[in-house]
Amino acid sequence: MLEVFIFATLNGLVTGLLLFMLASGLTLIFSMMGVLNFAHASFYMLGAYFAYSISLYFGFWTGLIFAPIIVGVLGALVERYGLRRVHQHGHVAELVFTFGLAFLIEEAVQFFWGADTKNYQSPDLLDFPLFTLFGQEFPAYRGFMIGISITIFIGLYYVLTKSRIGIIIQAALTHPHTVSNLGHNVPLIFMGVFGVGTALAGVAGVMAGPVLTTFPGMAVVLGSIVFVIVVIGGLGSLAGAFIASILIGLLQSYAIASDLGMSDLLNLLGIEFSRDHPLTDLWTLTLPQVAPILPFLLLVLVLIFRPTGLMGKREQ
Amino acid sequence: MAVIKKSTVWICYLLGLLALPQFFDSVLAISIFNQMAIAIVFALSYNMLLGQGGMLSFGHAVYFGLGGFLAVHTLVMIEFETLYFSIIWIPIVGGFIGLLAALFIGTFSTHKAGTVFAMISLGIGELLAASSLIFVSFFGGEAGISGDRTFGPPFFGIEWFQNLEIYYLAVAWVFIATLFMYLFTLTPAGKMANAVRDNPERAEFIGYSARRVRYITFCAAGFFAGIAGGLFALNYEFITEENLNAATSGRVLLSAYIGGLGYFIGPIIGAVVLTLMNSLLSNYSDLWMLYLGIMFLLTVLFLPRGFAGFIMMHQAAWAHGKIKCLIVPYLLTGFPSLIFVIASVGLIELSHTDEAEFSYLGLNFDSTTAIDFILISIAILGALFCIRKSLPQLRAAWESANEITEDLEKEGRS
Repeated sequence: MLEVFIFATLNGLVTGLLLFMLASGLTLIFSMMGVLNFAHASFYMLGAYFAYSISLYFGFWTGLIFAPIIVGVLGALVERYGLRRVHQHGHVAELVFTFGLAFLIEEAVQFFWGADTKNYQSPDLLDFPLFTLFGQEFPAYRGFMIGISITIFIGLYYVLTKSRIGIIIQAALTHPHTVSNLGHNVPLIFMGVFGVGTALAGVAGVMAGPVLTTFPGMAVVLGSIVFVIVVIGGLGSLAGAFIASILIGLLQSYAIASDLGMSDLLNLLGIEFSRDHPLTDLWTLTLPQVAPILPFLLLVLVLIFRPTGLMGKREQ
Repeated sequence: MAVIKKSTVWICYLLGLLALPQFFDSVLAISIFNQMAIAIVFALSYNMLLGQGGMLSFGHAVYFGLGGFLAVHTLVMIEFETLYFSIIWIPIVGGFIGLLAALFIGTFSTHKAGTVFAMISLGIGELLAASSLIFVSFFGGEAGISGDRTFGPPFFGIEWFQNLEIYYLAVAWVFIATLFMYLFTLTPAGKMANAVRDNPERAEFIGYSARRVRYITFCAAGFFAGIAGGLFALNYEFITEENLNAATSGRVLLSAYIGGLGYFIGPIIGAVVLTLMNSLLSNYSDLWMLYLGIMFLLTVLFLPRGFAGFIMMHQAAWAHGKIKCLIVPYLLTGFPSLIFVIASVGLIELSHTDEAEFSYLGLNFDSTTAIDFILISIAILGALFCIRKSLPQLRAAWESANEITEDLEKEGRS
């Protein structure tokens, strides 16, 4: 039981940190534009595909560095020539634009790389068990994922709170006009933030590609969960996004690892149902079965009872 | 006078729908018309939500799908004689299920419009799509559930063996649904929905509960989406989890947006265009979804009010007889644009094909050598150059056509 718990926790942590790498960029972009970027997970997918193509010729490590840069530049271009243009038509148009972009990127990925799953491998260098616990191995690559994510977050935190450019960015998020009056190029800052946010998604894609498989549906799989996290955490709150990412990562990991189900609950209550009951699907539900629904259930509950999310600011 | 003019439009609409199979009577055409009928009702109900009520939904397929599932279950019950009524009433069954679902979900999702509403709709859509794979006895898992429409009591001797019979039934329902949705826009509730969309705060100040107005619109939209789902069940006689997932929700957003939000006719145009693309283009190219995505993004970027909005832009120039000045500039820009589109599609197809010999529009290309790629690229660049050259002319003509009408308006006012 303990070993299951420990490994579920570690795996949940890996997923949670990965999710936060996406959610942090999405949250920054949201605070900047006031709009959720539907295509954010598509940039994550692009990261994985670019890294795959680069790794074919130059190896994994080159991909880890260059794929996020390409994705970031693409993101900045999208902001400059797409979103800035749509912005004048209002928030709905922006949201619809990013939605269309997500649709287009998925089709474009299938056009350039095909619809099949790509054999994108983690590097041989990290192909060893990091440690062995209760006879089960924990792969070094997962440890590497945790390490990289935490390093990036510390770096990001440091830049945002301690450096001069970080302070200008923070000011530009809340008071764009004042910052502009002080002589800073606010549109350029926005473009940069959008680029860095998408580059972060790209990093997540590069690292997740070998673990979660690289295929054209990978954006859809993760995309809606990242939204859920950003909304649960409270729109625009980095700390909230962090808590929600880890929470969802652990929740899903525990649900998948557990073997509990409705039948256990009914046994506990001493109720019995025959197999032919019309609601038999409900009585035979197991936790691993409902694991994919849990984030959305949590989202709906949070939005009903606390629409601002866990750490969201009160509305004016 | 206005009433006569309006009812003429509606009678023409009905006659047009009824006459369509006289001109195109192939099996394929009828099946496309049936898809169109379903898509029109669904897209109109979506426009009710987004265009009229300002609620951006990413889970509108929930009401369509639930209506469809219950409709198929009803078909099965008719087959086993648990229920005994003609299948012409099936769409209304779907509608009521859509309404019931909306009545329940609306109680907590219509507090706010905007991002919160969009996120709740997304969450509920995903929740239901995921549950549909778990509750196999109701949703039938990945295979879905199927029924048979031919078992109910015949309707004036019609036993619904043919798609053409279903088409006429669908026309009746589409006409009724369109008419009622249009009438809804004229009711005080419909007008208030517009007010709440534009400025909820002001609507609250004059004593309306923004939430309640949204709730009413939301329920009406759910009802009509359910009717579309019922029509779907009648036409295909089966329904799967795909019909209530995010992809279906996304497609209805696409068709309503491309057609033009805020105009009543917009979603109809969008539904027709998308169905045609879906059924005709997919025969020629497996990249049609890519073209759809590009078309959608271009629409959002350059025609924020959709095709209908583009047509309506010319209203002023038309009313003052200035539309003639625009024809030549339109042709001058339109022709190179057409070349540009055709050549770009050719380039995309040529680079995607597996065959060495590739024929496109009657021309044969060789995909193994670079020469054909270069030729097409030259055509694209040339067309682009012509567009750039002729665009200022078009812009000037457009401005002069509208400028004068503004002058006329001023004169009329003074």
